[in-house]
Amino acid sequence: MVTRGFAGKAGNFDQSMRLPPGQHVVADFPVLTAGPTPRIKTEDWSFTLKDGIRPVKSWNWTEFNALPQTRMTRDIHCVTTWSKFDTAWEGVLVDDILGDAGIEPPTGFTFAHSYDGYTTNVPTADLVVGKAMVALRYEGKPIPPDHGGPSRLLVPHLYFWKSAKWINGLQFTQKDELGFWELRGYHRYGDPWREQRYTND
Amino acid sequence: MNWQNAIITRIETLSPRVKSFFFRRPEPFSFRPGQHVLLRLTAPDGYRAQRSYSIASAPGLGTAEELELAIERFDDGEVSPFMHDVAQVEDEIEIGGPIGGHFNWSPEDGGPVLFIGGGSGVAPFMSMLRHRAAIVSQVPVVLVFSARLREDLLFFDELSKLAASGDGFSLMVALTREAGAHPFRAGRIDTEFIAGIVGAMKMPVRQVMICGSHPFVETAAEGTIAAGIDPAIIKTERYGATDVQAEVRRLAGALKR
Repeated sequence: MVTRGFAGKAGNFDQSMRLPPGQHVVADFPVLTAGPTPRIKTEDWSFTLKDGIRPVKSWNWTEFNALPQTRMTRDIHCVTTWSKFDTAWEGVLVDDILGDAGIEPPTGFTFAHSYDGYTTNVPTADLVVGKAMVALRYEGKPIPPDHGGPSRLLVPHLYFWKSAKWINGLQFTQKDELGFWELRGYHRYGDPWREQRYTND
Repeated sequence: MNWQNAIITRIETLSPRVKSFFFRRPEPFSFRPGQHVLLRLTAPDGYRAQRSYSIASAPGLGTAEELELAIERFDDGEVSPFMHDVAQVEDEIEIGGPIGGHFNWSPEDGGPVLFIGGGSGVAPFMSMLRHRAAIVSQVPVVLVFSARLREDLLFFDELSKLAASGDGFSLMVALTREAGAHPFRAGRIDTEFIAGIVGAMKMPVRQVMICGSHPFVETAAEGTIAAGIDPAIIKTERYGATDVQAEVRRLAGALKR
């Protein structure tokens, strides 16, 4: 239905090749989280890779920073309809985490865990082959706490709630478990180009 | 997502920057207090803009009641300026939802609860408080409502009436920028203020819910944690960014008006 009197905002439509359906471009960086911002000191930080309930390997901050660091500049898309172009991140590719742990992905499903208890599910195939990283820096600086610092998952080709803030682990699961927002009305997969925002989209 | 063309039945000015829009839904739905809906605008060339707004009305006993959305005008926005400046009674607007399975509260979830709302962030609490009053609940609730000026206290008469009814609801108001005389707390809410409220509650607080702009929520959540509240019982809902340039632009826009 065309809305009476609505012409749209100049500029957004020009970007349509780059902008998924229903999104608009922002210059700032909105913050949306379900709870208070956790303050995690890097000296207390650790990251654990698990296969089911079995821990495969853990890293402290120094060890994790010693892994190969990769830069990734990507457009990001929030389910609340804002998109931000050319966000520059640096961190450790999931491929390099697996390489350092000396394993191949044991299952097709991965669950990301965060310090605040947040979880999200991502198919393993969407995390490997250079598609995703655990980011440690944003625009050349440590990630601010309200944007997920010290470490956040970056899966830029899916809606941004999949890029879990304050990440402290990845866990391979036998089946596709649902995470925090996926249990609360949001889509299991979350592809912005197919506008998979809500459970039945 | 279920979409339908809802009809604007009434528009009420709540403050210089906030208007309430009342919608009649051809396909009524039930919802939980704290949930939101999407408004979707479509241009003749197919361009769409959609934003989500918390529902301020109570779910009601049936599902045919009007839906109330309190919409703050953001000058650099797309949907809120359209709603404020163009939309009229009898217009059809596409509504999707309800959505949001986290920032919800009903009396059956128990209490005592502490709500902290900044500006138009009070909207979801209106739904919760109206529902609580409608079902004659006495679950203890404190609402801390922070606004810039006296004129920004949305729903103040209704909230005052609810607080005067002696059913376990109390209202605390803080005004951050009001120069005129007023009976409320002057200045931002801080740890000491929250600690005082939590300390005065007869039972340990079970749930804290904070809604408003990102900087407001960040400050209120930090103050609440510093007052000794377990972060695990705090739920937040926020809008806007931390970006300093955006804040400067917003303030510059406000000064121009």
